Amino acid sequence: MNSIDFSIVVPALPYLWEGLKFSLILTLAAFAIGMVLGTALALVQHLEVPILAQFARGYIAIMRSIPLILVLFWFFFLVPIVIGYLNGTGRPVPIGATYTAFITFGLFEAAYYSEIIRVGLRSLPKGQYEAAEALSLPTWKIYWLVILPQVIRAVSPIILSQTIILFQDTSLVYVLSMTDLLGAASKLGQLNGRLVELYLTVAVVYFVICFAASQLVAVLKARTAIKTR
Amino acid sequence: MITTADVSPPIIEMSGVTKRYGSFSALNSVSLSVSKGERIVICGPSGSGKSTLIRCINRIEQHDDGRISVDGVELDGKLKNIDAIRREVGMVFQSFNLFPHLSIVENCMLAPVEARGIPKREARDRAMHFLAKVKIPEQADKYPGQLSGGQQQRVAIARALCMLPKIMLFDEPTSALDPEMVKEVLDTMVELAGDGMTMLCVTHEMGFAREVADRVVFMDRGAIVEEEEPESFFSAPRSDRAKDFLQQILH
Amino acid sequence: MFDVLFRQAPDGQLYIDWIWSGLGWTLLLAFFGWWIAFVLGVVVGVARTMSNPVIASLGRAYVEIFRNVPLLVQMFLWYFVMPELLPTQIGNAIKQIPPPWGSFWPALICLSLYTSARVAEQVRAGIEALPSGQREAAAALGLSTGRTYRLVLIPQALRLIVPSLTSEVMGIYKNTSVALTIGLLELTAQARAISEATFQTFVAFAAATIIYLLLALCAYQLMIFIDERVRIPGTEVKRAKQSLHRLLFRKSGAST
Repeated sequence: MNSIDFSIVVPALPYLWEGLKFSLILTLAAFAIGMVLGTALALVQHLEVPILAQFARGYIAIMRSIPLILVLFWFFFLVPIVIGYLNGTGRPVPIGATYTAFITFGLFEAAYYSEIIRVGLRSLPKGQYEAAEALSLPTWKIYWLVILPQVIRAVSPIILSQTIILFQDTSLVYVLSMTDLLGAASKLGQLNGRLVELYLTVAVVYFVICFAASQLVAVLKARTAIKTR
Repeated sequence: MITTADVSPPIIEMSGVTKRYGSFSALNSVSLSVSKGERIVICGPSGSGKSTLIRCINRIEQHDDGRISVDGVELDGKLKNIDAIRREVGMVFQSFNLFPHLSIVENCMLAPVEARGIPKREARDRAMHFLAKVKIPEQADKYPGQLSGGQQQRVAIARALCMLPKIMLFDEPTSALDPEMVKEVLDTMVELAGDGMTMLCVTHEMGFAREVADRVVFMDRGAIVEEEEPESFFSAPRSDRAKDFLQQILH
Repeated sequence: MFDVLFRQAPDGQLYIDWIWSGLGWTLLLAFFGWWIAFVLGVVVGVARTMSNPVIASLGRAYVEIFRNVPLLVQMFLWYFVMPELLPTQIGNAIKQIPPPWGSFWPALICLSLYTSARVAEQVRAGIEALPSGQREAAAALGLSTGRTYRLVLIPQALRLIVPSLTSEVMGIYKNTSVALTIGLLELTAQARAISEATFQTFVAFAAATIIYLLLALCAYQLMIFIDERVRIPGTEVKRAKQSLHRLLFRKSGAST
């Protein structure tokens, strides 16, 4: 067994922390974008809006069938082009890796959040929709004030579980040489030759965060279950 | 009515049996003696511990205090003894619990083949014999999902009988059935009683108790309150609780 | 548009051959990875449902470890870290294995174990979903624990979880792409290679995307086929005929 020396981990921590910060920010940004878009996709399907519903279904089917790494490659290629097109300049506009990553993960995760929300919409008792309609609320208000708050509350444990998975998935920005937690460990490890210790540290950090988060979700699940009785 | 039950040694002996769920006592120092060939009906309000009592006999539930012995074998937690007892005791459940992924005849053959090592051919003959006894041999190759509740319960009885038990336990066998199917199951049980099988039945079917039981055991809140022949129990119950119970049941 | 794939690549082959090669590695890794994951997953899933606290805790620990560390990190641990943790001679021997096998074996171990933890959770859920009466009836008939699981519980649980297992099969095919980070030239890696060699990025990625979509479709059809084959008579649920049209226009929403 070659010598394993964990003493290099401590001085490396600030750099690793920078990487972890990026992972967390990316997770948050993707969560925000994903939830907004995911809700839109779910509503569009639930309300059977013509054309948009079909588009949503196709989009989700594709996002869920291809690997995230391939989606990353696609978006990093397409996003500058699309933005350039939208800007009217017609030429690709590089907006920087970070924002591209936010958009990519957000759009990818939306497909998964949308399915969770759709199930939530379907399992809400019909009476809720009917009561709101009887009160002559306009459709958008029904959803904004009555339906969505209940649905989000009901599916929040599953959404959080999916977000933990999202947090783990952010490690894939490695393939784009971005410096998240794993990227930081990798770059540092290649410099000081201490890949083993750094990768093990990163694994432990991920484990602690994800395990703690999943335990919190379990507690949340137990709480919401009791309240609905 | 004098039966062999009066002169045989007890085949089930329960003394001081207690079963707790946390701080709640489902069974409170219950003692019961059953002779070979005896037919016992156990009744009482819900929560009285009647199901728990019979489920302790074949260790589906584990008793906390007291002694249980079945056909001379002490129920003491040793796997060998539990297995020996389960081979002599058959059980029929309220929700039938047939194995849905196996055909009717396979349901009946499973335990003899796997737990007793009986060769498949012999197990199949035995299965067909008991399926004929419960009057549904033609359903042998169907699956439980294709049968009615009454048919499923009769299969469950046949399945238990295929292990050639000395004792049959029935845990509210007709409570989950639609009324029109209750009779076919009770008739099967009556016939079984006529063959001399030792039976303990937890049931609300008082007509069955009148016809078949040697003894009615009335339980309430984890204890046996009354124990006597059916006629005296139904016509002149001694305790107030039994009187209340009968009033509710017989309306 | 796709004619660029039929041009000759620097190594003498056609670019389309790169795609087939990549697909081959993807299928190889996913196929064997799945079967190992399935067997291990059933074992661990069963362990989690047993009453013996030691066995149940070991099962829990197994699942928690593989589920709370990202797949990419696990891939790096098996590729970079594992040879260093073994006795020097064995570690060096492992490092000597030439690519592609040098990348394939760690990827296979990593993917199998990762997926097995997910399969274990599906199996556990399936067994726990069975009515408790099944275990009681088997016990009352004198069946041992082993036989109860083998003959009564597992056959029913597996039938229940066919749809969610299909999700896991699709997952493993997608996750093979992570192996490109340790040098395995599977489908996504080859698509990137083609895009870098020809600058025809759209075509290259589109080819890979279409193949992944076809794989997903096959998995979906296979699930329906298996689901129907193992269906227990008497439990028929009205199921309309599935087709690509229905898939796109009336999706039933499979979970992750």
